[in-house]
Amino acid sequence: MSLSLTNRHCWFEATARARINGLLDTGSFSEILPPAASQPSPHLAQLDLPGAFDDGVIVGYGQLEKKPIFVIAQEGQFMGGAVGEIHGAKIVGLLRRAAREKPAAVLFLIDSGGVRLHEANAGLIAISEIMRAVLDARAAGVPVIALVGGSCGAFGGMGIVAKLCSAILISEEGRLALSGPEVIETVAGVEEFDAKDRALVWRVTGGKHRYLMGDCAMLVDDDIAAFRTGTTAFLADWREPAPSAALLRARQQVLENRLAAYGTLRDGLQVWAALGVAQPESVPMLDRDSLVALKEGLPT
Amino acid sequence: MSLNDIFDSLFPAGHAVTVANQVITGEAMTAHGPVAVLGTTDAAAIDHAMALALSAFILDTVEQHPGRPLVFLVDTSGQALSRSQELLCLNGSLAHLASCVDLARRQGHASLSLVTANAVSGGFLSFGLMADRAYALADAQVRVMDLRAMARVTKIAHERLVELAADSPIFAPGAESYVRMGAIETIWPAPSAGLLEDALAAGQAAPASDRRMASGQERGGRQLAAGIAQAVGA
Repeated sequence: MSLSLTNRHCWFEATARARINGLLDTGSFSEILPPAASQPSPHLAQLDLPGAFDDGVIVGYGQLEKKPIFVIAQEGQFMGGAVGEIHGAKIVGLLRRAAREKPAAVLFLIDSGGVRLHEANAGLIAISEIMRAVLDARAAGVPVIALVGGSCGAFGGMGIVAKLCSAILISEEGRLALSGPEVIETVAGVEEFDAKDRALVWRVTGGKHRYLMGDCAMLVDDDIAAFRTGTTAFLADWREPAPSAALLRARQQVLENRLAAYGTLRDGLQVWAALGVAQPESVPMLDRDSLVALKEGLPT
Repeated sequence: MSLNDIFDSLFPAGHAVTVANQVITGEAMTAHGPVAVLGTTDAAAIDHAMALALSAFILDTVEQHPGRPLVFLVDTSGQALSRSQELLCLNGSLAHLASCVDLARRQGHASLSLVTANAVSGGFLSFGLMADRAYALADAQVRVMDLRAMARVTKIAHERLVELAADSPIFAPGAESYVRMGAIETIWPAPSAGLLEDALAAGQAAPASDRRMASGQERGGRQLAAGIAQAVGA
């Protein structure tokens, strides 16, 4: 898909509300517990910090190609999309409702550094509740699709949540990991991970690397329409499998093989070479379509 | 208290547990029959190898011993902090481990976790907090990060955080906060076979649904979450 620059509506820079509006069928979205019916976090107020009436996450329902869809969208521009008590409870509530009402899918627009430290215990426990609620919705047959392409990526506990979803659609600009590079640099030193080396950070945590490794199901352009097209195409082919030991055994084998093969490597360039990419140094320059073609041509 | 002392106190009827690469796996006898025992020790920083050793043991238990309860012993300082670990998507291996705990629950395995020393962030999320119920020993450290590091990251004065922590379970480190928040059931003064039996009995009697929000509200630590989730979910 080639997009003229003038028609693109960048996902990376868009607000959570703009992403929802561009993702779903026009005018179909209804927000649950909108700002007027909600309250900012009293825990932030206690620390004299400004709150937001939606507490940095929008939940609701709408349609995608006329099919009923639930949506969760984190606002990375408020507190880094981090999860506090209210923020987390809104997500859990929507996932529980999805398990009961069974929409065609839950789209989880993740844009978050993980736990909101100002509400650390509430955030950590909420993420644990989100983890279980995602798995409950999936066990009820509802696909939960993570869409990752915002400025805060999917880090910390939200990186774990993303990997508990049915699949992840990611843009090249999207990042997915557990500890942020800054945290690793602070604790383990700049020679372990130089967080200011943007190119290195993307080779370790970025969308292209995660897609080449199979950690994300689909790579899409940094464009709201591309996320819509990708999500529609993914859902057309996807049937949510029942949880089973056989599926997790297969996953276990993949992860063990991967650790044995690549466990000592430290840079995406090394992994891509080991995967069979002839010119790994060219990967950061490839556009989305070329990279997808490259992955399809790799030996399996 | 050494790990062996903890095993002896929890499982006086016998245990066969091994520790390799800070990962605990094995089985023990209780008044409720045999249980699978697994977890981490020495403040393990959970990496791919540890997560996959734990998940493999859970899958073995599900396949070979249907219904056998899982007893997790939690001592983790969080996740391993390294570039090579992140390169292979450490969050993916922790999610896989969490999925295995969740599968065991769906297949009828009751589970409980006991924090023996440390329970920190990602390491705690991946298995301890995935159990049906969590407990902690009295001197256990349970937290996301300590207040000094939190002061640095949030740029809020350490003295102010200490002052607020005195009566705010929302961010004060410590097992007691997690009890008030609904995520830990009770604090045990010491490892004890009797307390373990009571916990196993509670696990077999009660449904395995996630009741932590309601508990947090009843105990006064989390006043908002249950009502918000209810309002959204209704």
